[in-house]
Amino acid sequence: MSIDSKEIEKLADLARLKFDQEQLGEVTDRIASVLDFIDQLHQTETQAIEPMAHPMDAVQRLRADKVTESNQREKYQQVAPATENGLYLVPKVIE
Amino acid sequence: MHNKTLSEISSGLRNGDFSSEEITRHFLNRINQLDPQFNSFIAVTEEQAIQQARQADKMISAGETQALLGVPFAHKDIFCTEGVLTTSGSKMLENFISPYDSTVAANLKRAGAVNLGKTNMDEFAMGSSNETSFFGPVKNPWDVTRVPGGSSGGSAAAVAARLAPAATATDTGGSIRQPASLCGVTGLKPTYGRISRWGMIAFASSLDQAGPITQTAEDAALMLNSMAGFDPKDSTSVDQPVPDYRANLNDSLKGLTIGLPKEYFASGLDPKLENIIQEAISEYQRLGATVKEVSLPNSSLSVPVYYVIAPAECSTNLSRFDGVRYGYRCAEPINLEDMYTRTRSEGFGDEVKRRILIGTYVLSSGFYDAYYIQAQKTRRLIQQDFVNAFEQVDVLMAPTSPSPAFKFDEKTADPLTMYLEDIYTIGVNLAGLPGISIPAGQLDGLPVGLQIIGNYFSESKLLNVAHQYQQVTGWHKAQPID
Repeated sequence: MSIDSKEIEKLADLARLKFDQEQLGEVTDRIASVLDFIDQLHQTETQAIEPMAHPMDAVQRLRADKVTESNQREKYQQVAPATENGLYLVPKVIE
Repeated sequence: MHNKTLSEISSGLRNGDFSSEEITRHFLNRINQLDPQFNSFIAVTEEQAIQQARQADKMISAGETQALLGVPFAHKDIFCTEGVLTTSGSKMLENFISPYDSTVAANLKRAGAVNLGKTNMDEFAMGSSNETSFFGPVKNPWDVTRVPGGSSGGSAAAVAARLAPAATATDTGGSIRQPASLCGVTGLKPTYGRISRWGMIAFASSLDQAGPITQTAEDAALMLNSMAGFDPKDSTSVDQPVPDYRANLNDSLKGLTIGLPKEYFASGLDPKLENIIQEAISEYQRLGATVKEVSLPNSSLSVPVYYVIAPAECSTNLSRFDGVRYGYRCAEPINLEDMYTRTRSEGFGDEVKRRILIGTYVLSSGFYDAYYIQAQKTRRLIQQDFVNAFEQVDVLMAPTSPSPAFKFDEKTADPLTMYLEDIYTIGVNLAGLPGISIPAGQLDGLPVGLQIIGNYFSESKLLNVAHQYQQVTGWHKAQPID
């Protein structure tokens, strides 16, 4: 199995990452070698095995639908790159 | 004063031999003097530390006696600490002052421990050598031309150089045990869910687990007493009572059955390193333990399983870094898409980007079953191997790492050589089991760690087994510098 630089560009786009042409070759080579390595997983027979998502097979714990946190918007927005009137600012989306 | 263990500092404070402010200043001075050569700290929180120490001194004179009250320590920079820089080793969080405390930070604060600062680490805990940190690599105090291991390399190096008597750390595939091994200190990775992950910057949520790095097993018990516990804010936190982890330290090891996984002693292991491990096991036999060979037949698949599951979870977790709510944002974005893409491309380092891409690939439509589900199924086979082994033995013993500390750049050219650094530690994370690495010898002047793996929630047993070894050997006392 191998992967080419076109596929890497598509993945990068999905992950909102961008590589210049110079980096792309090296990234492709390195990822191809990791994917070749993980390909050995296909040698194992696992048809009857349940996938394991949690080491103790625990399920999501539920809690009562009650308000437990106070509003700390100002405190939390202090670390934001840009805010105004309690809103997060981003580049204009609609012209 | 810096040669004292955490437990010795704890009793010294309560006996009035020295004040918390004195010992805190001593460590702060030592960090200022010595850390420029090791780079083990990203931030030193001098002012807050002195304040906390003075507060602790007042409480001690008022008769309070909690074990960690006034005791200095350092936090891995993956734990959110209120009002303090929290970077996770990344440019993405270069200026992030956390507005809240992680549960681990809050627990240690409540115990009265004094935070000296934040230790360096591989970016977002992705690495085994500390070379991926945005803040530059940590240097191994035993030999500054060598890596300290990773990702908790700063915590391990700081404890080894006696810049802090203990440090918090995290372990996703070996990130507590491997740097502990390479720096000659004690590192405990507890059972998955034993310590809350809340406020601990996420890498791979089904594998991440916090733990302490210390000089001794006794000190690890002391730290775990305060770090562990159920936390409703972490949906995978396990609701089990926290025993006093020091209570069983002195139990006899007569009748203990040690399992040696034959796959961990197969070809590929340096014979000189194997001799050191065998010598440690002989020491255990002299303490009354018996040894039995066991098999973990699927262990060769643990590294490939890990490099599907960990990148998959990391690509999901790291999607939160978008330049909107916190952290880095690129300059003058032309539109939203440009802002996301440039923020992430400029803010993440190379290894983090590679893992995001691998994760995106294995989760993408058409490959999800072939990689992600197949990895999760194989993960169960690996776990089952451990379950079977623990039906026959009390603990497993193995090397922590296939070699002692290696040189900078020795393993950066090919990601796979670096990934194989964690070949003996990753299975433990996949199964969710506890493991500890303790210093067990030296090879060419570099420390070698013995890994002890226990059954679920057997931290008391692991600490007992480690502590008994440290009662009859002196490797944990060896220091790289005075």
